[in-house]
Amino acid sequence: MLTWLILTPVVGAAVVALLPRRRPELYLPVGVALSLIPLALAGVLFFEFETGEAGFQFLQQALWYEPLGISYRVGVDGISLGLIVLTAVLVPISLAASTSIDRRVKEFVVYILLLEAGLFGVFVALDLFLFFVFFEAILVPMYFIIGIWGGERRIYAAVKFFLYTAVGSALMLAAIIALAVMHARQTGAPSFDFADLLALDLSPSTQRWLFAAFGLAFAIKVPIFPLHTWLPDAHVEAPTAGSVLLAGVLLKLGTYGFLRFNLTLFPQATVDLVTVLAVLAVVGIIYGGLVAIVQPDLKKLVAYSSVSHLGFIVLGTFALTSGGLQGGVIQMINHGLTTGALFLLVGMIYERRHTKKIADFGGLAKVMPVYAGFFLFMAFASIGLPGLNGFIGEFLVLVGSFATLPVYAVIAAFGVILAAVYLLWAYERVFTGVPDKPENQRLVDLSGREIAILAPLVVLVLVLGLYPKVLLDKVAPSTEAILDRIEQTTDFQVPEPGRLADVFVAEGEGR
Amino acid sequence: MTDLLWLVIVLPLFGSVFLHFFGRRLGEPVAGWVATLAMAGSFVVAFGAALPFFRGTGENLQVVLWEWMPAVGATFELTWDPLAALMTLIVTGVGSLIHLYSIGYMSGDERFSRFFVYLNLFAASMLTLVLAGNYAMLFLGWELVGLCSYLLISFWFTKPSAAAAGKKAFVVNRIGDFGFMVGLMLIFTSFGTLSYAGIFERAPEVLDTGVATAIGLLLLVGAIGKSAQIPLYVWLPDAMEGPTPVSALIHAATMVTAGVYVVARSAPIYQLAPFAAGTVATIGALTALWAASIALAQNDIKKVLAYSTISQLGYMFLGVGAAAYVAGVFHLMTHAFFKALLFLGAGSVIHGMADEQDMRKMGGLARHMPITAITMGVATLAIAGIPPFSGFWSKDEILGVAFEAGGWFVVLWVVGVVTAMLTAFYMTRQFVMVFLGEPRWDEGVHPHESPRTMTVPLLVLALLAFGGGFVNTPWRTGLEHFLEPAFEGVAVAQPPKELSTFFLLGGVSVVAGVLGIVAAYLAYRRPAEAWRRFQESLGAPWRWWEQAYRVDDLYGALVVAPGKALAERAAFSFDLRIVDGAVNGVAWVVRRVGTALRPLQTGFVRNYGVVFVAGTVAVVAWLLVVGRGI
Repeated sequence: MLTWLILTPVVGAAVVALLPRRRPELYLPVGVALSLIPLALAGVLFFEFETGEAGFQFLQQALWYEPLGISYRVGVDGISLGLIVLTAVLVPISLAASTSIDRRVKEFVVYILLLEAGLFGVFVALDLFLFFVFFEAILVPMYFIIGIWGGERRIYAAVKFFLYTAVGSALMLAAIIALAVMHARQTGAPSFDFADLLALDLSPSTQRWLFAAFGLAFAIKVPIFPLHTWLPDAHVEAPTAGSVLLAGVLLKLGTYGFLRFNLTLFPQATVDLVTVLAVLAVVGIIYGGLVAIVQPDLKKLVAYSSVSHLGFIVLGTFALTSGGLQGGVIQMINHGLTTGALFLLVGMIYERRHTKKIADFGGLAKVMPVYAGFFLFMAFASIGLPGLNGFIGEFLVLVGSFATLPVYAVIAAFGVILAAVYLLWAYERVFTGVPDKPENQRLVDLSGREIAILAPLVVLVLVLGLYPKVLLDKVAPSTEAILDRIEQTTDFQVPEPGRLADVFVAEGEGR
Repeated sequence: MTDLLWLVIVLPLFGSVFLHFFGRRLGEPVAGWVATLAMAGSFVVAFGAALPFFRGTGENLQVVLWEWMPAVGATFELTWDPLAALMTLIVTGVGSLIHLYSIGYMSGDERFSRFFVYLNLFAASMLTLVLAGNYAMLFLGWELVGLCSYLLISFWFTKPSAAAAGKKAFVVNRIGDFGFMVGLMLIFTSFGTLSYAGIFERAPEVLDTGVATAIGLLLLVGAIGKSAQIPLYVWLPDAMEGPTPVSALIHAATMVTAGVYVVARSAPIYQLAPFAAGTVATIGALTALWAASIALAQNDIKKVLAYSTISQLGYMFLGVGAAAYVAGVFHLMTHAFFKALLFLGAGSVIHGMADEQDMRKMGGLARHMPITAITMGVATLAIAGIPPFSGFWSKDEILGVAFEAGGWFVVLWVVGVVTAMLTAFYMTRQFVMVFLGEPRWDEGVHPHESPRTMTVPLLVLALLAFGGGFVNTPWRTGLEHFLEPAFEGVAVAQPPKELSTFFLLGGVSVVAGVLGIVAAYLAYRRPAEAWRRFQESLGAPWRWWEQAYRVDDLYGALVVAPGKALAERAAFSFDLRIVDGAVNGVAWVVRRVGTALRPLQTGFVRNYGVVFVAGTVAVVAWLLVVGRGI
């Protein structure tokens, strides 16, 4: 099942590559149609998934290179499930939104589909070597997507993206190899199997070094302040589809990695380093929001808002409470949906006006009321309006973090004010007033195709906002299992809800 | 009927969704009627469900609908007790009248049906807020009414001032929400739930005074934002950019009272936190006086009412802060009647005067708009606290409790009485400037009475503004009795019971009111030049009031400008030059080193490969050395 999930986009890419050269108009529709197959598979996966189980499901494995203990081993749990579905949803949408790609369309579709395969691979991999292969493989299609179809400074942005993330993963590879070596030392045979590595006995200082090596790779991906500057450049230059997938899914590799590997493989280091991560998360939340306020470019504004939103995920993850972890996971999905939608919307206006400068617009709600409606809806989802999805993640994270990180949670809550400021101020400048620039007066409102692209996202935003149980029920057992593991392997105790006294006593003791 | 409780929210919600998709096709006025019927239907259901409470046989209900975020104790859950019932009846009742009125007021607007989409959505959100059975769902309603407020204030978004006002309202409210949210964190961490049922019963055993005070103050921060109290009231005067029915419904009768409702709802917590409660009362009294003084000198008919609303909300805060929950909610109700009436009357005037809002250009309108004039007159007497109009009873109950509470509260009582005098003054001033004296209209203005869809709500509200106070008088404490089950286990402060004290205190405030009325009448009954001279004779204070103490400028200089400067510094100096500069600096050094080592090779991917392999080897080797100790 999972192997099929990875293979179908690859096969799809091959099919598109083989399409006759004289029928270029087919590339995109065929690509969209083919990307619906993994979507259907992901749908099956979601509904077949046994709710209430913490462990990995749909396991498959095959030996790859026995002497080094490398195997092909895949599975899904509540944490990766949502991300897989998110990927499967966003790919057809971003392909369908790419009609303005006017050259080398075939390659474009191929790269997007290969990227999808890589993303599925990352989320299902249960062998660290396999994980690393997919983790790196993703860089290549993304590099080309930015470098070929990007804006003016696309080469600079693509190289920066590539090198920056590659430097981080080099350290991670070293750490992965080190883990395998230690496994060999402790048991006699090397292994990259996640389950095997969990059984390793690592001293606190080793844990800390390895945590740092993994953590750097993931922190760049998230990105965590101050490692975030590749992000705005990459987003501004990337074509719409690239931005949607970059913000929607690629950034989650970082937060997913922290949750999946750092918390479980290095529990003691996690507990020791909570404060460092919490500080960086909170700085990211406030700093990203603050910087977003004054961005003159709409796309850059959304990019910096990601820095802020991802900070919530990091905070929730390292709060080490039920609410925090669940909130972090669901915020990954939610951010993917709303920020993905915002990038789509920015792309739609860019196609019409060939500018993303806020100052070039004004009064758009008058000429494009439907567009304005969608934008405002997604802006409020991003602001964290209760009833829409963004709130669920933020609220879970904030309330969940208060028990272990009260001060940071309070500062983070301040970030919700900033979100309202940067998005509503941008909305005011772009959409309200009288459309006095002649270029803006002739703009046409959204087409049926564009509405069809956005509609599924609107539905998901509402469903997850009002009935997040569909996802939370699947997420919770897996995040609880991580917390259990931390409790068992360290002397950390997850505070019981409803025990305020514990919070401040614990705080007083320096945790 | 209580089984159908969900319909109370769903009817207007459905109306909103339906009109969103089909409103334009239905057009004017059908779309308005659909929305009005949805609202009226909601009222009927609510009334049916509230009947047992009127009979004294009702039971408090707590209905869980579905789980929302179990990990932090958030569920969709409704509560139905007399407090919720009263609020629901106010929202749906006054809401229905204002919906009806809007059909006339908004006629001819090109986004007629859109207006009702938002209005119905607002009603559904407000009902969510009052029917919520836990703090998370309350927060849901709380934020959704903020959204609707945003949408409706900037309804005429092509006007930059309207768009800016909407944003300002939302952002300022968010500052309050920050406090509210931290309050919720503290509640959840203390109780392990956000459900009223799980909190209020256990509050005395779980909370010590410190935590109760913290929660009380944090909830107060939220309430201050929503109910426009010092220091977060600045959004409400700007909110007058919205269509007038919006001002009546959202910014007078319902949404802005949400803060009062939250304090009343959280009575079991405030009961444990006298300091927090005292802060509520003090902020309320100060706001009442502060805003009333600004209202004295406003010339825009709606601005007077906006500051008046802030001031009256201050009274309600004084009430609930003094643990006079019944009195506070009582004033919330009578205020909903007379202030909605005042706004709708003002709307009728604006409508009849071809969108003129400057009272200096009005005068003598009573002859041309008799129904508007008479009904607004009733409302003016009600807010001025003249018996037997409704405002007298509720305001005096609050003042009575404050007086009775003694100590610091006596100071607040004095503030309240002075405010009562100012209130009578500015309201009479408004009435005289608008309806009496010589016409001072612009050329081409032909004032006329409004259509029946607008005057009928005025008449109904006038009846309520007149008689609404009789539900709770020293002789018949009907409302107190009605609300009793909602405040079980809470010591609700009572106004003085002896009639002599009542007459004495009542007499003081009536004298204050009459003084205000007479002074304003004498000053403004004269021709325009005369009252201009009167205003000038007051000198600097008058100019301060006229400019609302320039608080907006102060906030601009203290918060907005430095905030923006900081953001710019962070974005353009720090982020681009320092953080990104460091990154590019490293890249530059690496490239220089690379170029020096391998002058022929330039491919980036190659660079990457070298860095990658070298780094990996080095780190693995090093880790193995370090790891030897394992």
